[in-house]
Amino acid sequence: MENLSSLFVKSIFVDNMIFAYFLGMCSFLAVSKNVKTAFGLGVAVTFVQFITLPVNYLLENYVLKPNVLIDGVDLSFLSFIVFIAVIAGIVQLVEMVVEKFSPALYASLGIFLPLIAVNCAIMGGSLFMQQRNFTSISEASVFAMGSGLGFLVAIVGLAAIREKMAYSHVPAPLKGLGITFIVVGLMAMAFMCFSGLKV
Amino acid sequence: MKALRKLVDKIKPNFQEGGKLSMFHSVFDGFETFLFVPSKTSTSGTHIHDAVDSKRMMSMVVIALVPALLFGMFNVGYQHFLATGQLVATYWNPQTAQFWNIFLYGVALVLPKVIVSYVVGLGIEFTVAQWKKEEIHEGFLVSGILIPLIVPVDLPLWMLAVATAFSVIFAKEVFGGTGMNIFNVALVARAFLFFAYPTKMSGDEVWVGTNEVFGLGGGQLVDSFSGATPLGQTAVATGKEFVIHNVAGATTSWWDMFVGLIPGSIGETSVIAIALGAILLLVTRVASWKTMLSVFLGGAITAFLFNTFGAESNTMAHLPWYYHLVLGGFCFGAVFMATDPVTSARTEKGKWIFGFLIGAMAIVIRVLNPGYPEGMMLAILLMNIFAPLIDYFFVQANISKRLKRTTKSINA
Repeated sequence: MENLSSLFVKSIFVDNMIFAYFLGMCSFLAVSKNVKTAFGLGVAVTFVQFITLPVNYLLENYVLKPNVLIDGVDLSFLSFIVFIAVIAGIVQLVEMVVEKFSPALYASLGIFLPLIAVNCAIMGGSLFMQQRNFTSISEASVFAMGSGLGFLVAIVGLAAIREKMAYSHVPAPLKGLGITFIVVGLMAMAFMCFSGLKV
Repeated sequence: MKALRKLVDKIKPNFQEGGKLSMFHSVFDGFETFLFVPSKTSTSGTHIHDAVDSKRMMSMVVIALVPALLFGMFNVGYQHFLATGQLVATYWNPQTAQFWNIFLYGVALVLPKVIVSYVVGLGIEFTVAQWKKEEIHEGFLVSGILIPLIVPVDLPLWMLAVATAFSVIFAKEVFGGTGMNIFNVALVARAFLFFAYPTKMSGDEVWVGTNEVFGLGGGQLVDSFSGATPLGQTAVATGKEFVIHNVAGATTSWWDMFVGLIPGSIGETSVIAIALGAILLLVTRVASWKTMLSVFLGGAITAFLFNTFGAESNTMAHLPWYYHLVLGGFCFGAVFMATDPVTSARTEKGKWIFGFLIGAMAIVIRVLNPGYPEGMMLAILLMNIFAPLIDYFFVQANISKRLKRTTKSINA
C-alpha cells in the first residue's frame, strides 16, 4: 500500500511526463492557450492513460512475454505495434462512447480526443510499464493515474501562465511558441526541486 | 534637493532629441525618475496617479534589505574569524578593533558581488531599454541586491555575472520587462546557479570565506572546522536526535540561529535583520501580510506534522518547527521573495493558498529531498508556476458567483 502511494506521488511530481521526460510536448504546447481546453485535454489524457495502461499490462504479461501464451514463443517484438493498436483502438472506443453518452463533453474535447492516440505521453506510459517491470495490475493503474494527473497539472499550469502572459509585452520574434518554450524550460527548472525526492 | 533639481534641469537638454547625448536619453530618464517623481500625465482616458510609483516602491524594498545586507557582511566576517580561531570577543561584547576587522572582511567579500550583480543586470536593462526606445524599467533595483544576498559567499564573481545575465534576459526581458515576468528574477538566478554549478552552491565548503581578502583576515583554519550549514548538517544526520555545530565545532543554540550567526547564504541568516525589513515592508504596505503570514503558517504546520508523524531515521523530519522557520532561506524567502507583487498570486484569497503552499513545499523539500536541504527558494519558484492558476480559479469563482447574483436579481 505504501509502495503504491509512493509510486502515485512519484509519477505525478518526480517522474512528471512533461518536466522530467518531456513526453507529450506537442499537445502540451499546442493545446495550452487557455485553461478550459487545457483542463479538458488533461482529463482526457488521464482517462485514456488510465484505461490503456492496465490493458497493455495484461497484454504484456499474458500474451507478449516469452513463454506465457505458448511455450517457446517470444512475442515481445510485437509490443510496439500491439501497444499502438491498443491505444488507437481504445481512443476510438472512448470517443464513440463519449459521443454517445455525453455530447457536451465530446463537443468541448473536440479534436483532442483523437489526437490523444498519437500523444507520446500515453505510449511512453505503456513503455515505462514494460521497462520498469511493474509487478501487478494495481501498480500499472496507479502509475497510469499519476502520470496522467502529472500531465494535467503541468498543462493547466502552463495554460494559466499563457493566459496571464496575454498582458506581457513579449518581443515580437518570441511571441507564441518561442516564449512558451522559454516558460516550459523555466517551469522544468522549478520542477527539478522534486528530482531525488524520497517518498 | 533644489540644487539637485537645478542640476538635472541644466543637463537635461543634452539628452533630449537633438542634444549631443540623445542616444543616452533612456539612461538619463531612468536616473531622473529615480531621483524625482516624473510629472508625466496620461494622454487618454481618466487615470488616478499615486505619488508612490513603482520606483518609490522598489526603493522601499531596497531600504528594507539594508539590515540584512549589513548583517550579512558582518556575519561573513564573523564566520571567517570564528573558523580561523581568531575571534577574541563574543558578538555581544565585541572589541571595537576586531568589530571593524570583521565587518570590513565581510564588506570586501560581499560588496564586489553587489557591484557585479548591478553592473551586469543594469547594463542589460539599459541596453534593452535603449534598443527598444523605452523607459528604463526599475525592477532590477531590487533583484540586483537580492541576487548577491541569496548566494553563498564563496561563489566566484563570474558565475554570479552569468547567472544574473541569464535571469535578466530569460526570466525578465523576454517577457517584456518589469512587472510582466512570471518567475522571480532573483530566484531564477539562484536556481540557475544551483543546477548549473552545484558544487559552488551547496555542500560544506562554500558558506564560509576561508581566504585572506585584501590583506584582511586569513590564517589557519581551526582543526575542528566544518563549513556545513545547520540544514546541511541535519540532512546528513540520522536518528531522531539532532545536534548542530557552528563552524568551529561547538554546539549552536537556537538563539544563534535567530540572531543569524550561522553559515548560510549572505543575507538569509539573521531573522532579526530580516524582521526589521519585514516591518518596513508591512508598514508601507509594499508587501502583503497575507502572503507573509501564510508562508510561516504553512511551514510551521507542515514541520509540526513531520515532527509528529515523520520517519524515525529522518533527522530533518524531527527538527522542531521553530528551528525550521529560522533556518536557511525560510524567513528571507517569506519576506522578500514570496511577497514579490509581480510573481505571487494577485487575488487576496489566492495569496493565502499561494503562501501556505510555499511554506509547506519548502519543508517537504527539506525533509523528503536530502539533496536540497536549502529548498526554500525552489519552493517559491515552484509556486510561481502555479500562482496564475490559483488566481484563475479565484477569478472564475468570483465571476460565476456574481453571474448567479445577477441572474437571480433578473429573475426576481
